[in-house]
Amino acid sequence: MQMAQPGTRPVFAPWSDPAEKPLIQFRNVTKKFGDFVAIDNITVDIFRREFFALLGPSGCGKTTLMRMLAGFEAPTSGTILLDGVDIAPVPPNKRPVNMMFQSYALFPHLSVWDNIAFGLRRSDMPKEQIPARVEEMLRLVRLEKFAKRRPHQISGGQRQRVALARSLAKAPKLLLLDEPLGALDKKLRQDTQFELMDIQEKTGTTFVIVTHDQEEAMTVASRVAVMDHGKMIQIDTPDRIYETPNSVYVADFIGDVNIIEGTVADVAGGKVSISWAEGQPALIGTAPEGIAKGARVHYAIRPEKVAIATQPPSDRANVIEGTVHDIAYLGNISTYKVELPGGRMMKAQVANDRRIARRDITWDDKVWLSFTDTAGIVLLK
Amino acid sequence: MNLRRLLLILTPYAWLLLFFLIPFVIVMKIALSDYAISIPPYTPTFDISAGWDGLKEFLSGLDVENFTFLATDALYVTAYLSSLKIALISTVLTLLVAYPIAYGMAQASEEWRPTLMMLVILPFWTSFLIRVYSWIGILSNEGFLNQFLLWTGIINEPLAIMNTQNAVYIGIVYSYLPFMILPIYAALEKLDGSLIEAAEDLGCSKASAFWLVTFPLSIPGVIAGCFLVFIPALGEFVIPSLLGGSDTLMIGKVLYEEFFSNRDWPVASAVAVVLLLILIVPIVLFQRNEQKQREANQ
Repeated sequence: MQMAQPGTRPVFAPWSDPAEKPLIQFRNVTKKFGDFVAIDNITVDIFRREFFALLGPSGCGKTTLMRMLAGFEAPTSGTILLDGVDIAPVPPNKRPVNMMFQSYALFPHLSVWDNIAFGLRRSDMPKEQIPARVEEMLRLVRLEKFAKRRPHQISGGQRQRVALARSLAKAPKLLLLDEPLGALDKKLRQDTQFELMDIQEKTGTTFVIVTHDQEEAMTVASRVAVMDHGKMIQIDTPDRIYETPNSVYVADFIGDVNIIEGTVADVAGGKVSISWAEGQPALIGTAPEGIAKGARVHYAIRPEKVAIATQPPSDRANVIEGTVHDIAYLGNISTYKVELPGGRMMKAQVANDRRIARRDITWDDKVWLSFTDTAGIVLLK
Repeated sequence: MNLRRLLLILTPYAWLLLFFLIPFVIVMKIALSDYAISIPPYTPTFDISAGWDGLKEFLSGLDVENFTFLATDALYVTAYLSSLKIALISTVLTLLVAYPIAYGMAQASEEWRPTLMMLVILPFWTSFLIRVYSWIGILSNEGFLNQFLLWTGIINEPLAIMNTQNAVYIGIVYSYLPFMILPIYAALEKLDGSLIEAAEDLGCSKASAFWLVTFPLSIPGVIAGCFLVFIPALGEFVIPSLLGGSDTLMIGKVLYEEFFSNRDWPVASAVAVVLLLILIVPIVLFQRNEQKQREANQ
């Protein structure tokens, strides 16, 4: 299915260019810890200058995948290629890969300056060039004034930037970030996300980030891989992950969603009608490939794509009647939890473009929810 | 200040007064007295019934003669220096033995650590004296070690270890090993494993990651362990008198001889006071190291 929004499509899309050579190739990589399968036969390509996010709940294998790239774990089977070369026999200290640790792992006995210079001193960089490179890194993360401090003498946000500077100092081909913003508070995290993107663009390094925060992955990444139980469920750009999830798992994991289970009543002219509750009109949606009459499907629709009105609208493909059960006021938006006949709940999200005093919908009101036939997505699994 | 706080502050001071300051004053007083054939074997003795004049006479009887005697007789100076040397060497030896053990313990899997810790502490369940005695059975000419080495054919005649300086070193290293292992282990155990991974990630080999990250971060533990071994080893008496020969001159042994064989309490007390003054330097340094550690952890 193609989304009709050419204006927002990023120009940077090496994954859709067959001539582009990937920087990293996972080929049927499996990793087992005893009987536990941490990574289950993953094949994926990551390209130069990409900001690739591994997203999933804890224990989904995303950290294991990253540690295999860093060299701290070896795959049980399959190969990992970096620039076309199998990296399995290369120890961590010989890989052109650097990692920013979740705990930052700054050396407490060394100053900020020495922390950043640590990797450079182990490299073949001439000694007299090291100070210039460290200064450059300090400028990049805006920590020039803190060079002489020890890690315990600076704030959490500054420590995070030191860790970033240290891992970027050797100009690695690939930078791995393990939950880099996990220890920061929300406001600082949002600021740092943009800073990360900025730095990634400036340095042109390929970034692979591990996170369990879907918002973070969506914000920073050029592509997101949603993982579960050692498998990559979907690998796509953030907008496509959000708009066209390939499964209920992805739809549910990313953002807020209404999921309605039903049976295909009819398929005709690229449209599908799904009967989902007795006495309710069938939902009309865009038919995915390979759908057949009688199949059990899930219809997923984002709350912000559901309109709420006190009068039945006439121009929408899908209209459902209900009563307002609950209203969550979040300042900029409000989420209405609407009870449909039969007890099912459906969420609609509306931007608060009017003052709350002038809101014309309140608890227990009779309302009509409506959405177009292209607003949601029909999922087969 | 309320009573509770006063009580809380006074308790340690009362403890110090009762068990440190008063005994020290008594020892100091004896050190300033003169040897006498009497009971107790020194003069003057303080007689409270003699009143003010008695006190004056008592004070005029005190002098620093014993301390000047310690400085003039080469025996004591040599004994102090030799004690310092033995304590220093055995501290270094203990460190060399303890560090790999502590490192191994910290590297062991989580479930093994309590067992290993137990094994380190286990010797404390037996009397110190008995444990030192048992080394005679190991080190003597007919001891287990010599018998074993003769049996394997490595040596043809028994090694003379017993009653030598080496036996003293072995005894001190063995006896004080746990005091060195435990602080080093504590420092290594709380070391964040990701620091080593970060060092390797930044280009360190396993060996250089150890020297650049693990070892520097364990230094506070090493310092604490060294003091915990050095301080008691300096005044050690049991080990040199049981395992050492006549050539092993340690101040603890001199003190014992002076006190029990010579029955010269004033000189023995002076020896003890000087030993204490020598020990104050490392004790203060040890305290400062601990203090710095506490501050760094905050």
